Amino acid sequence: MADIYLDNNATTMVAPEVVQEMLPFFSEQFGNPSSMHSFGDKVGRAMKQARIQVQKLLGAEHDSEIVFTSCGTESDSTAILSALKAYPDRDEIIITAVEHPAILTLCDYLEKNEDYVVHKLRVDKQGRLDLDEYQDLLCNKTAIVSVMWANNETGTLFPVETMAEMAHAKGVLFHTDAVQAVGKIPLDLKSTKIDMLSVSGHKLHAPKGVGVLYLRRGTRFRPLLRGGHQERGRRAGTENSASIVALGKAAEMALEHLQFENTQVKAMRDRLEQGLLAAIPNAFVTGDPTNRLPNTCNIAFEYIEGEAILLMLNKMGIAASSGSACTSGSLEPSHVMMAMGIPYTAAHGTIRFSFSRYNKPEEVDQVIAVVPKIIANLRKMSPYWGENGPVADPDKAFAPTYA
Amino acid sequence: MWDYTDTVKDHFFNPRNAGAVKEANATGEVGSISCGDALRLTLKVDPDTQKITDAGFQTFGCGSAIASSSALTEIIKGKTLDEALLVTNQDIAEFLGGLPPEKMHCSVMGREALQAAIANFRGEVWQDDHEEGALVCKCFAIDAVLIEKTVRENNLSTVQDVTNYTKAGGGCSSCHEGIEDIITKVLAERGQTMDHQQPVPAVTPAKPYAMTNVQRMRRVERVIEAIRPQLQRDHGDIELVDIEGNTVYVNMIGACSGCQLEAQTLGGIQQRIVEDLGEFMKVVPAKLREQLVQIGG
Ligand SMILES: Cc1ncc(COP(=O)(O)O)c(C=O)c1O
Repeated sequence: MADIYLDNNATTMVAPEVVQEMLPFFSEQFGNPSSMHSFGDKVGRAMKQARIQVQKLLGAEHDSEIVFTSCGTESDSTAILSALKAYPDRDEIIITAVEHPAILTLCDYLEKNEDYVVHKLRVDKQGRLDLDEYQDLLCNKTAIVSVMWANNETGTLFPVETMAEMAHAKGVLFHTDAVQAVGKIPLDLKSTKIDMLSVSGHKLHAPKGVGVLYLRRGTRFRPLLRGGHQERGRRAGTENSASIVALGKAAEMALEHLQFENTQVKAMRDRLEQGLLAAIPNAFVTGDPTNRLPNTCNIAFEYIEGEAILLMLNKMGIAASSGSACTSGSLEPSHVMMAMGIPYTAAHGTIRFSFSRYNKPEEVDQVIAVVPKIIANLRKMSPYWGENGPVADPDKAFAPTYA
Repeated sequence: MWDYTDTVKDHFFNPRNAGAVKEANATGEVGSISCGDALRLTLKVDPDTQKITDAGFQTFGCGSAIASSSALTEIIKGKTLDEALLVTNQDIAEFLGGLPPEKMHCSVMGREALQAAIANFRGEVWQDDHEEGALVCKCFAIDAVLIEKTVRENNLSTVQDVTNYTKAGGGCSSCHEGIEDIITKVLAERGQTMDHQQPVPAVTPAKPYAMTNVQRMRRVERVIEAIRPQLQRDHGDIELVDIEGNTVYVNMIGACSGCQLEAQTLGGIQQRIVEDLGEFMKVVPAKLREQLVQIGG
């Protein structure tokens, strides 16, 4: 059995067509796009095309609204720090409790070391936001709102278009980390009030180390990197031309496959989920199953731990990821699971399966064939598991001394 | 992906003694569900010979937690309770051919389950004697709780100090920001601020766990022998009692024993040992261990 890759929210394979497209930019097309000779000229043209390809995928009004960066994390940092510098009289930031560390760690730092007030919107058990709580927080002290379009762990979608309208009504900038959404759901930024948006290439079959910050024309902006006039002075540093060209091609391909993603890929995801839930007791889907990315499914297998599941899966040639503490070396399970109030005995056993258009329907059957056995074997070793199911009153039956 | 040894993988994929022992007469349950690792150890102890005739584990946890549990049961089967109590977490880790620093706590959990089970057999109550925090220094496996405690108790104020006392930060140096955060926090409690002009410690090329136990013991012995003449001049002496994992147990004798400078002397000896071995060692008076064993039952 060939290896099965179901960890596409972590990173994706670079599409073969994308590799082909970028290769010349390592060899004959090595010029600097800023140079006044034909070596640079061709590179400049290719980058212009890439900018237009990304513009189309995002539904942006102008291609000059696309700023190439080195990754999703850089786009996120640039957006937040720009807003704080552009609005020095405002010292509040609104984010959600379930943001990616690219936003969360930065905001925790700003709160601790630079005296900003960070409001983290809470989520309910399905990972949904309370827009009344949000409305009450918006005020003339808010420098920026940053809410992810889709959550990387559960795939849950957030109503960012509505939230951007609400922010605008109060004169507040709105940024969204759309790293997981771009290429998976249709976007049309020109019909929204979103001011800034982050993209990461390696989540949509482009290489790692290239990203985009969408910056709506007219948005007050302060660059993170100052230097040369690259990206119209909004992001200095000689461009990563090969990767930018690659990201353009990947964006074009993603746009062509949007329909496929939301039908065929979604069908594989749904079949996997239903198959696993039917075969495995004490398992449930986390997040909001009615409103999520078409490629993502996150299942909590109760009473066992995720890293152990991943090791067993890996031995069977299946790649997925987990929200357990052990996989990240931290002391707590995923902050996303904690924010949704998932109990520890389930949060540590959450497994994310994330598809791409390169997965095959047969792979779904192969995964459904092996996972139930893995779960059963691990449960046999669990102190919470009896002969044929969880022990009665698990929290009382096993109450270890904290160590 | 963790760098697990083949032995760890073997004990994870083919666990020995999984499940509860039938007619067990000793049970230890330890761990933390919030951290994602917990273990129930069941033993069958022969009341006459005090020998462990059977051992089984039930573990909620990651690959190395399951492997450590499996290893523990293999190590202790056939041992008397007193023999079993001498098993350290280092023994469990070594049995497995080593564990990544982030995973050493799994071996600690194994040892604690054993202590708890033996206490249970003897009708005693077992209490945990350590607290674990987030891992700060990955080169030497030093956590935030230990660093904060050391900073507080010794009035430390620089990363260099922390490296000298705990070894944390003496490797790749990428945790220096984290260490400074802890120092800043403790200093703030005293109404002080951190002086950022202190030089950062010279980075010593770190090779954690590079030595065998025997090599480590010989090196420690040599360092202590070299220090003795100095102490004898002050009408004192020091005796090496034992080495357990990275803890060196010593007896302070004569003028050194109980004197106000004892802690300082031990600190100095520790530093000499750490410098000589190039890895973190703790020097502790042996009388402390006796107290711990009593608590541990
Ligand atoms: C939601 C989200 N934001 C940001 C990032 C970071 O992107 P990059 O790896 O390009 O810095 C990721 C990738 O893990 C992500 O899932």
